[in-house]
Order: sequence, then structure tokens, then C-alpha cells
Amino acid sequence: MSKTHVKFKLNGAAAEGMCEPRTLLVHFIRENLSITGTHIGCETTHCGACTVDLNGKSVKSCTLLAVQAQGADVVTIEGMANADGTLGALQEGFRQMHGLQCGYCTPGMIVRAHRLLKENPKPTDEEIRFGIAGNLCRCTGYQNIVKAIQHAAAKLRGEEYLEAAE
Amino acid sequence: MNDMSPNKAEREAKLEGMGCRRKRVEDVRFTQGKGNFVDDIKLPGMLFGDFVRSPYAHARIKGINIKKAMKVPGVLAVLTATELKGVNLAWMPTLAGDVQMVLADGKVLFQNQEVAFVVATDRYAAADGVEAVEVDYEALPVLVDPFKAMDKNAPVLREDLKGKTSGAHGPRKHHNHIFEWTMGDKDLTEAAFRKADVTIKELISYHRTHPSPLETCQSVASFDKIKGELTVWGTFQAPHVIRTVASLISTIPEHKIHVISPDVGGGFGNKVGAYPGYICSIVASIVTGKPVKWVEDRIENLTATSFARDYHMTAEIAATKDGKVQALRVHVLADHGAFDACADPSKWPAGFFNIVTGSYDFPVAHCAVDGVYTNKAPGGVAYRCSFRVTEAAYCIERAMDILAKKLNMDPAELRLKNFIRRDQFPYQSALGWEYDSGDYHTAMKQGMEKIGYPALREEQKRKQADFKAGKTRDIMGIGVSFFTEIVGAGPSKNCDILGIAMFDSCEIRIHPTGSAIARVGTKSTGQAHETTWAQIIATEIGIPSADIMVEEGNTDTAPYGLGTYGSRSTPVAGAAIAMAARKIKAKAQMIAAYMLEVHEGDLQFDIDGFRVKGLPEKFKSMKEIAWAAYHSVPPGMEPGLEAVSYYDPPNMTYPFGAYFCVMDIDVDTGVYKIRRFYALDDCGTRINPMVIEGQVHGGLTEAFAIAMGQEIRYDAGGNVLTGSFMDFFIPTAVETPVWETDHTVTPSPHHPIGAKGVGESPNVGGVPAFSNAVNDAFGFLGATHIQMPHDYWRNWEAAKSLGLIK
Ligand code: FES
Ligand code: FES
Repeated sequence: MSKTHVKFKLNGAAAEGMCEPRTLLVHFIRENLSITGTHIGCETTHCGACTVDLNGKSVKSCTLLAVQAQGADVVTIEGMANADGTLGALQEGFRQMHGLQCGYCTPGMIVRAHRLLKENPKPTDEEIRFGIAGNLCRCTGYQNIVKAIQHAAAKLRGEEYLEAAE
Repeated sequence: MNDMSPNKAEREAKLEGMGCRRKRVEDVRFTQGKGNFVDDIKLPGMLFGDFVRSPYAHARIKGINIKKAMKVPGVLAVLTATELKGVNLAWMPTLAGDVQMVLADGKVLFQNQEVAFVVATDRYAAADGVEAVEVDYEALPVLVDPFKAMDKNAPVLREDLKGKTSGAHGPRKHHNHIFEWTMGDKDLTEAAFRKADVTIKELISYHRTHPSPLETCQSVASFDKIKGELTVWGTFQAPHVIRTVASLISTIPEHKIHVISPDVGGGFGNKVGAYPGYICSIVASIVTGKPVKWVEDRIENLTATSFARDYHMTAEIAATKDGKVQALRVHVLADHGAFDACADPSKWPAGFFNIVTGSYDFPVAHCAVDGVYTNKAPGGVAYRCSFRVTEAAYCIERAMDILAKKLNMDPAELRLKNFIRRDQFPYQSALGWEYDSGDYHTAMKQGMEKIGYPALREEQKRKQADFKAGKTRDIMGIGVSFFTEIVGAGPSKNCDILGIAMFDSCEIRIHPTGSAIARVGTKSTGQAHETTWAQIIATEIGIPSADIMVEEGNTDTAPYGLGTYGSRSTPVAGAAIAMAARKIKAKAQMIAAYMLEVHEGDLQFDIDGFRVKGLPEKFKSMKEIAWAAYHSVPPGMEPGLEAVSYYDPPNMTYPFGAYFCVMDIDVDTGVYKIRRFYALDDCGTRINPMVIEGQVHGGLTEAFAIAMGQEIRYDAGGNVLTGSFMDFFIPTAVETPVWETDHTVTPSPHHPIGAKGVGESPNVGGVPAFSNAVNDAFGFLGATHIQMPHDYWRNWEAAKSLGLIK
């Protein structure tokens, strides 16, 4: 099959490669670009493990073609750390609140939560639950993920989050 | 420790040892997308394999034509049973003593069975190749209902077993029969039933479901022809077992096989077994001389690798009229699918189902399990439970509620009346187990108090009256569940896998500067072993957790272990870790005595070093001792500071807990709301409460899924109706209830640190709590037992069948 040149911004830097028009964005990022933090849990748009941020929206990269990202601004889990390389607020929140176990859903979850907090910096627990409903986790039962996101939200607002992981 | 001077407290805190809510070391890489999962592995020249799968549940294969597929750009090879026969691998042994087709040999026995393996340069080309393989099938009659498996004219599924009147577990009664397994005293049980005031009998089905971790099963195999060495990276919960099996079924000696489980994205039992994908990636690598990756997609995962449950249990209890249980009798019809690929210890074809007497003092009991073949996927794995323990717990916990209803007794009161008392431990159960420790009454009463049990029952009475008066269409259920698990397989006297005793192991090396590496025979799939194993060592020998690296999953470096499943890691490997640490501590004590010029017996261990009794200023820290171990050991002593322990547990451990679920159901729509869920767990000594609570949350969420809707369902033609996350229920954050956790601590008397294991308790105890809540809600309207899963539709059906909806 003939190949197409695809170029977009990935975590702030230019990324490009040749791929078949049918190549899924998630495969392009993971295989062509060898950036493997974004995961695959279903390939049917249900689990959210493949969530990336595309032009300011959370998208499931198993349900987009790489060519659809042409010229876009894409952010993955690899773009979530602070500029100085320390853990970003969400990454730290997930660690502090025990928001992950096997870690397989975590990249998609954090990237999704990143957009959620941009849209709603002070969410209720219920709004968080609704906001991450497109991301499945088989390990944590979500309770500590909600707390992890609250932890990050508080930090981003410059407040302190006090509740312990439960 | 009564002298908790600030200095002492500080030193202890610095260790981050047992009992502390230590943050996980794993999280640093996982939160940055820097985990290393199988599909992240990329080797030079790596090829990709994909399966041609059967659309039929039962059919004869009349021909396979690969010509077109071989012309697809990028396709390099297509393996079928014919090629596999050349290397004697068309069939493979299962853990349960049966054999299983790797690729369909002559016929297919379940939908989506592996028929051919296409190897190509990338996953897209492999998928194109799969499309181009032509298979000529002749459909055969399909057997889906296990209750019809042993009918006289039921279709013959396993032609390879023709004429075999006995299998790995004794006589076979029918061509679709696998085994019959019995435990207990049949005659005494019968006698007790004859004399009983009250009896109940109910068919309690635990439907087929699936563990479906978020990462599917996958492997990368790389065979080096020159060295004759095979390296396999895979999603393995038990990498050493995989290495031994790979060696036994291939001609490659075990020392030339390197099995590596990198980070694994959840297991829940799914990743214990050996699957055709693993074998085919290995064979394909040998055939092509290139590394070959196989990654299952979600549909394949749900439909072909390892279902769980599918136990149909007829339970009977005999009791006195005031509610004292006298006898338990259970018959199980177990649907094993097309091959018996259950992942149980080899001598236990029905796992530890004989824990079915639960937490109650049954004087006598008898259980029998008949396993049968059907045209469904093989498996029968322990989905977040010890072997068949969740089936057993569901059976007894439903049956106790049914008995309570018949006696018109409160289900909590009936349980309190029949619990094994604290002074009866160690307790010998009627079905052959020795329960190590427990304090059921305390746990139950604590739970009842925390949930406000009497007030809830009062409220329920009012609601029932309101419902009868037509004032509401909501009904309220209170689900009570009190489970006893049996985990930590297991003692070599009764547990082995393919002849290998189910010990586990740990090797610890202390480095000269006082930091350490510990290698363990288990494999975390999310349970935080890298964090918690270090905590055990920290407390045992006084080196901070932060200075201890834990490594698992590489069979070349880790000592032989049987892996992680059945909540065995803490009971077995946790003990091995403590024992290895104690060996190090003993040697450290000798070195410290030499350094301090006293007799060993004059020393006492004090948090992070040894102190001379009565001379508190004479102290050597573990750090100093470690340096001395490589520098100035006592004359005659070997230098170095390391130890290995292989731990063969003397007994299983028996975690327990009291769970309560409060639920409201709208009878007109079947829509339920979980109002509260309270879980009290007693897993003995608690290593890291944060991790335990996380395990409980996750297990309860899986229990919630199973009880309230998650199911692998087939139609009459053997077609899977729940083959994707569209139809297979995985709760999102929206449906998932908020969990309340609590605990009591009854240490295991035989475990070096008293820990019992916890990961699976919430699934085992959770399912009956949900199901009992639904049944309790409908109970006053005449329902005795409503089968799981209790989704909205089935609740509505139940309401309809009770005449509540016109
Ligand atoms: S892999 Fe994209 S939603 Fe599951
Ligand atoms: S942490 Fe394992 S799937 Fe979420």
C-alpha cells in the first residue's frame, strides 16, 4: 500500500513519518514514532487507554487515523511532566493518592484528566467520575483516581489537598 | 516497643517498613508512560503474527487454502496444524491434565478457536493475510447447554478422546464428561438430611465471565538459531512455570530458555495459562529465524483466552428448626468448554471448591463436581480469586440466605449462630481443610455496628409496608456476606503444578554500602510488589525500603517461583522474603558481635542495627555491618551478605471478612442504586494499608461488575454475544459505587509475619453481598433465588415474574 507523509506537533516538538493511510494514530505514535506511553486496551473506542490530547480535545487515538492528525497539536502522557522534568500535578496526584495499580490505564487516564481540569478547574467528585467515564480501569475501582484528580486540581489552584488515599 | 523516643520513631519512620502507607515506587515510571509492557518491545527485524479464527462453534475442517494469503504483501508464513505437527506441537498439554489444540486439528470446537497463524512484517499485513486464508468448514451440531452435555445423543465433541473411559482425574461417565470429584462423607451427610427439621435446596448458578485485564495477552518470541536459545517476553503471571512447560513440550533445554515478564497490565487469572498465541509466536520465530510478536485484541481476549466460573451448583442445607446447621450437600455441574484448561493445582480439578462450608460449623458435608465439555472457549481460570473459591463462597452465602428466609430468621443472626468460634481454631472443616485462625463474631459485629444494621432493617420494614400500600415502587435490599477464603497455594503435601511443588522463593543480596536487591519468584501485575516486598525486608533487617530494589519476572535472575495468582504472593513469597531476611539478620548478628567484641547472645536487634544488651551506646548499624561483611568478617566466616529462601508453607491461610451492601431497586425499570457498600477485611498482618485498600476497591469493583451484569453469553448456535466492551460490562467511574473499607487483624499463626493475602477477598466476598442484596430486596415479594447477573433487565424480569408489573 502506498504511504503518506504525516507530520504534527507531538508534546511540543515536530514529529513526522511515512505511513499507510489506514494506519491508526495510536499505532503511528507507538510504532512509527516509538513513543509507547499511550496504550491499547480494546481498539474499539471503549477503554480510553489510548487517550491523547489533540488540538485541545481528548480523543481516542485508536479511533483516529494518523493522517487525521496532520498538522495537529498532539499531547501524550510523555508531555505531562513539568518543564523541569519533575512529575506534573496529575502524575504526582496519582502517586500520592494511589490512583494506579498495574499502570496500564494510567497514561490515558492522566491525559484525559488533564483536559478535564483545563475545562473545569474545580470539579466535584461526581463531575470527575462523569468526566473520566470514557476511560476504563480494571484495577483501582476509580475511588483513588477521583482523589488523585482532586489532589492535582487543588495543587493547580494553589491549594492543599488533605484527604489521604483510602 | 515502649521506648518510642523521637529518635526511635524517626529511625523507624525512615525505614518505611511494614504497616506504613508507603507510596509506590512503580508509580514513578507508570505515571510518565515509561512502563515497559510486552507490546512496547521492539526488536530488529521483528515480525507480527495474527490468527485466523473459526466463525463456527463446532465444525469439521475440510481444507485450508493459504495460497492467496501467501501472496499478500508482507506475509511470510502461515502456520496450520500440519506445520505444528512437524514439531509435535499441534496439541499442547493443559495444566488440568487434558490436551488442547494449539491450531485446529481436523475440527473446531468453539467460536474464535485458533485455526491458522499468519506471520507478516507488521500487524496490518498480518491482518490482510488473515483475511485471505480460505477455510472450508462443515458445520456440526453445537452443544452449548452444560445440562445437555451428558444426554445420550449429545454430539461427540472430543473425538481425540474416543474410547477413553478415564481421564487425568479418574473415570469418565460419558463422551462429554471430564471428571467427577468428590469430597466429604456421603453417608453421614445423608443421615443428617434424613433427621433434619428443616432443609433447603436450590440451584445456584455462577455464570460464565472473564477476567479481561486492560492489557490483553501478548508475547514476543525470539529464537537464536546459532546459540539454540529462546527468549520469550510475555504477559505471564507465572514465568518460571512457562519456562518449564516450554522446555517440556519443545526440544529446547530449560537453561536455554529465557522467559521474561516485563510490566504486566493486570492479570486477574487471565495470564496464568499457556495459550496458542504464545506457542505460535515461538514456533514462528523458530521457523522464520526472526523475532515474532503476538498481541491479542480485545475480542480475541474475551472469546478465546480463559473464561472464569460457569459453575452450576445445587446446594442443600439441613438445619434444626432454631437455625443450627447440621449438614451441607452440594453438587456442581462445571462447564469447562472445549478443553479442560483450568488453571488449578494439578490434583485439584475443581480447585479448592471444598471450602464451600464457608465460615460455618457444619458437622458433616459432601460435595461432588462433574466437569463437562461444551462448544465454548476453554479456561476456567481463577478470576481474582483462589481456585474456585469465589464459586464456593457465592454458593454457601446464597444458601445461608435462603435458609434464613425459610426459617424466617435474620441472615446476620443466622450467620452469628453458626460461625466457627474463635476458640475452635485451628479448625478442621468437614470437607478437609484446617482453618488457621479467625475471629468471625468480632468482625461481623463490628461490621453490623458500622453499617447501622438494626436501623437499616427497620427502614427496610417501613419501605416494605409502603410498597405494599402502593406508596412507593422502590424496594430496598440489604446484602450480607461473610466469607472465608483459602489462599496461599500451597503446601507441597497437597499442591503442585505439573509435579512442581507450589513453594515460592526469595534471594536477597546486601551490597557493601548497605543497600540491597531482592529477587522474588512471584510477578506483580499491579499488586505493588516492588513497594511492599521491600517493606517486609526493611522491618526484618533494618535497611530503609528506599534502599532495596525488588526485581521479579526474569527467569534467568529470579529464583524459581510459582508466580502470582490465588492471593499466594504474600502467604508464600512474603514468607520466603521474611525467611531470607532472617538468614541475613542471623549472619549480620554474628558479624556485629565480632565488631563489638561480645557474644552474639549479648546483642539485641534494635530497628536498624544491633545493640549490646545493657550497654545501649554499643551499637552497630546494618549499614556498618554490611560494609564489614565485605571487609572484615569473623575468622572462618565466608564474606558477603546474601541469602536465599525457598518457602514451602505448612498450611494455607484463611482470610475472611464481613461485607454489607445496601441497594434500592425500582421495580418498574429494574434500575438499582447502590446506596452503601461496607467491606471489613481481615487479612492478618497488614504490610501496606494503602495498597490493601486499593486492592479491596479494585476487587469490589470487579465483584460489582460480575454480580450486576458482566457475563460471557452464548446463543444456541455457540456464537458469543458479549465479545467486546460494548456488550461485556466493565463498570466506568459513573456506575462504580463508593467503597467503605474497614478491618480487623487476626494474624496467621503459621506465617512468619502473620500475613494472609488480600487481593482476591473483595471479589470472593463482594459477589454474594451484591447478589444477596438483590435477593433480599425481592424476598418479601416471594422470591427465593434470582440468578445472577442482576442487570436492570433481569431485575425487571424478576419483578415481572413476581407479578409486580402488569
Ligand atoms: S484502545 Fe482506544 S479506546 Fe480502547
Ligand atoms: S491501574 Fe490497571 S487498569 Fe487502571
